[in-house]
Amino acid sequence: MVIECKHVWNHISEYLDGALPEETRDTVQRHLEHCEICSAILDSTRNIIILTADDRVFELPAGFCERLHARIDLELMAT
Amino acid sequence: MKSSTPIRSEAEIIAAVIAGDTQLYHELIRPHERSVYMMALSYMKSEADAEDVAQEAFIKAFRNLPTFRGEAKFSTWLISITLNEARNRLRRQSVVRMQSLDEPPDEDGAVSPALLRDWREIPSEAVEREEVRTLIKKAVETLPEIYRQVFLLRDVEELDVNETAQTLSISISNVKVRLHRARMMLQKELAPQLKTINRAPKRRWLPWS
Repeated sequence: MVIECKHVWNHISEYLDGALPEETRDTVQRHLEHCEICSAILDSTRNIIILTADDRVFELPAGFCERLHARIDLELMAT
Repeated sequence: MKSSTPIRSEAEIIAAVIAGDTQLYHELIRPHERSVYMMALSYMKSEADAEDVAQEAFIKAFRNLPTFRGEAKFSTWLISITLNEARNRLRRQSVVRMQSLDEPPDEDGAVSPALLRDWREIPSEAVEREEVRTLIKKAVETLPEIYRQVFLLRDVEELDVNETAQTLSISISNVKVRLHRARMMLQKELAPQLKTINRAPKRRWLPWS
């Protein structure tokens, strides 16, 4: 079965999660083998997900842990 | 199960805290500080408000610890408390811009990705650059709320589909649809910008570097 790019885009997220039914996955895979645009979309999406999940992107504010544990100490003393 | 190691499991630490060794609460929450803050930030936008919400959530979790039954994971339980705290605070601040979390995603809202002919992999070291971090953070922060939350839980906190559905009280198919849209929106926003950044001059050819 041959599918259009637009339909492949709908499956990108589940394709990355390995959550597509076998048949759909194979169809998408065959499309990706010869479509450089869809391949680039897939690669960039995967790359962006990995970068976003990097611990260095979202960091705790400076002093966050000290203030949190000081607050908890107050609570513990009150109980 | 007999344990010969001095390292206590989370369940054992929880039991000890409830039994009165309250100082252990510090140890219990340490692995969860970041994820609680992140979830608070997904609602509050301002870092100061997010920090307040996170602190409040940890205090509430301490007070309610005896009601934690271990049916959910401790981390999931903490995140639910955090989300509740954030929602309550927004309500108090009467910020009414909040969308309902149960709102069904619009069926016609397909997101088209940014079209590229090729993609040169951006190595993870790139996030050491301030400009790259800022770009990514901004893109995530400007996602519509219902997409941002699912994205943070699934792709940043790495909860599975079921846990995400449970935490946000939405259906599994909603999690999948929202995650897909969030990822496509980020690709659309970030791919063209990161692609240019990736072409920034490299200095590696310098003989002394």
